[in-house]
Amino acid sequence: MVHKLTGAFALGAALMLSTAAFAQQRVLTFTTDNNDPAPKAAWEQLVADFEAENPDIDVQMNIMDREGYKTAIRNFLTTDPPDVANWYPANRMKPFVDAGLFLDISDVYTENGLDKQLASTMPIVTQDGKQWMIPYTYYQWGIYYNKSVYEQVGATVPTTWDEFIANCEKFKAAGIDCLTTGSSQLWPTAGIFDYLNLRTNGYEFHKALTNGEIPWTDDRVRATFAEWAKVVPYTTANHAAIDWQDAVPLIVQGKAANYVMGNFAVAAFKEGGMTNDTLGFLPFPTINPDVPRAEEAPTDAVFIPAGAKNVPDAKKFMAFVARADVQTKLNEALGQLPVNSGSKVGDDPFLQAGFQLLSTTPGGIAQFFDRDAPAEMAKAGMEGFQQFMIQPDQLDAILTRLEQVRGQVYK
Amino acid sequence: MSTYWKANQRRLAPWLFLAPGLLMFAVYVIIPIFQSMWISFYDWDGLGEATWVGTANYAEMSSDPNMVTSFKNNIIWLALYLLAVPAGLFIAIFLNQTVTGIRLYKSLFFFPFVISQVVVGLIFSWFYAPGFGLFYKVIEFFTGTGVAILADPDLVTYGIIAAGLWPQIAYVMILYLTGLNNVSPDQVEAARLDGAKGWRMLWYVILPQLRPATFIAVVVTVIGALRSFDLVSIMTAGGPFGSSRVLSYYMYETALSEYGYRMGYGAAIAVVLFAIMMVFISGFIWKMWRDETER
Repeated sequence: MVHKLTGAFALGAALMLSTAAFAQQRVLTFTTDNNDPAPKAAWEQLVADFEAENPDIDVQMNIMDREGYKTAIRNFLTTDPPDVANWYPANRMKPFVDAGLFLDISDVYTENGLDKQLASTMPIVTQDGKQWMIPYTYYQWGIYYNKSVYEQVGATVPTTWDEFIANCEKFKAAGIDCLTTGSSQLWPTAGIFDYLNLRTNGYEFHKALTNGEIPWTDDRVRATFAEWAKVVPYTTANHAAIDWQDAVPLIVQGKAANYVMGNFAVAAFKEGGMTNDTLGFLPFPTINPDVPRAEEAPTDAVFIPAGAKNVPDAKKFMAFVARADVQTKLNEALGQLPVNSGSKVGDDPFLQAGFQLLSTTPGGIAQFFDRDAPAEMAKAGMEGFQQFMIQPDQLDAILTRLEQVRGQVYK
Repeated sequence: MSTYWKANQRRLAPWLFLAPGLLMFAVYVIIPIFQSMWISFYDWDGLGEATWVGTANYAEMSSDPNMVTSFKNNIIWLALYLLAVPAGLFIAIFLNQTVTGIRLYKSLFFFPFVISQVVVGLIFSWFYAPGFGLFYKVIEFFTGTGVAILADPDLVTYGIIAAGLWPQIAYVMILYLTGLNNVSPDQVEAARLDGAKGWRMLWYVILPQLRPATFIAVVVTVIGALRSFDLVSIMTAGGPFGSSRVLSYYMYETALSEYGYRMGYGAAIAVVLFAIMMVFISGFIWKMWRDETER
């Protein structure tokens, strides 16, 4: 950083000598948690493109550790806010908007016609009738599976939950875990629950449940857990001791067949040596055919903190990130789906499958349990899901506990 | 001014020397304690407006099953952590001999205390890891099925305490080794002439002389057990489904973690933990004060 600064000064001085007319650069600070190699490179490219278009703006990107960011954001938003930062929409942004820490960017939407281009995500970035964030990427969830083990046991790719469970018998006979996951970080369990719930009760129910309008002891919730109970015996036994990356080798090595995950996991599978020929993607199977198919696709977004020092340039940056061509390029590098309806989707077969899946969804698109439900409910819920996967017989106690939390959280 | 200074120099000087330390202690320890107590009466998400709720946070604790789990685990920690004291004593006595290379053995035994708790946590996580962990493999070899300690809600706390005991025993050992250096050889000689040996020698001659070391060992072990946080955080993050929570970790979870937006409730847990610690700390201080005034 220091070196970079002295370098900038030296460069500045050199330019001053040659051309006295060199305009002073305005600084735009951008704090982000995209510290994995691929997303980091993608964002560095985006910043470089933005600076090329706006030579008078110098973007200073400050990259933080992903897990640490989730708690650090509270500190830097209240003490020393950057001009731009990234976060998650829906219920994850609510406490910050309520506390007045986000800047209202509705004008960026109206001036750039974003209400049309980003129409699909308008509901999750809107609160109190105003827009607070610019979504730039989303990705599908579904089941990633090992094609080789499917061939090995002679299983066909299932379209219904009954077929899926029937396959599990075959995998079990071959000593393969039918479903794997790593639940030590809790959130992967929420993906399984959400899908079972969306397929059993549908999107409207998911929305009502995460909004606290339905008791956890409701029979429809029990119906979801009853479907889950069918697959619990075929799930990797020690999932609670491993996190999601630790379960990836189980799929790669053919020790497990199916994994309910987000599309970001494809990079990990391929790093482990899987290819488009051995790795498969299937939409979560149908449970109740009368329920319109709904999917889960978490969205990531950027925002301007209320305490930003350089608001005009930050808004320029917002408009830039929202643009169709910028989102196309960014998401090609990220390996995810662009939000802008004018953007193009990358050629990767998993991206194409996801795009196909999400653009034809009749039921609705959920964010994710921990983004649709308030933080405290999400935490208690995911602990309950994990407990159910270890102690399915404790269902009554779990649901009573969740119902108690619901009573406290939604007032 | 200068006459006042001359007259009271001896009385004022100690306070002047203490002032920087006292100031730091007040700013970073004393004042935050009262701030935490104050926050514990509010419902506050750490961002927006705080609303006064009186003792509601404390009332909620009594019906919070997570609180019960954390409290129960803290008691298990306290009880089992104290095993470090006899274990450390045993190793210290074992190592308190003169053979070639004893310094090396001593430093090897002391090694776990030197490495960071985070590293200890990681080492034990791998030790217990299902599939490839040494412990898992050994159990699998003898019983046919491996046990993933950190995924088992009933065993997880014991697994973490075992990891914590490893460095704690080393710490207690070093306290006793220095204590053993100061054991008077005359008394040992005299006892030997009177025919004392083995357990009787240990119990009636050695241990009484080690009392100061025992006191310090118990104090650091009790406090270490109550503030156990790093191992829980590294090894399980309180899981599976919160079964390995302790009070300090639960406080962090509710107030500061990814899904924790309840500063008031977290502060209330901190106050309870503080109260429990104060029981022990005041006991220790009272004992020290008594010992010093008796002399």
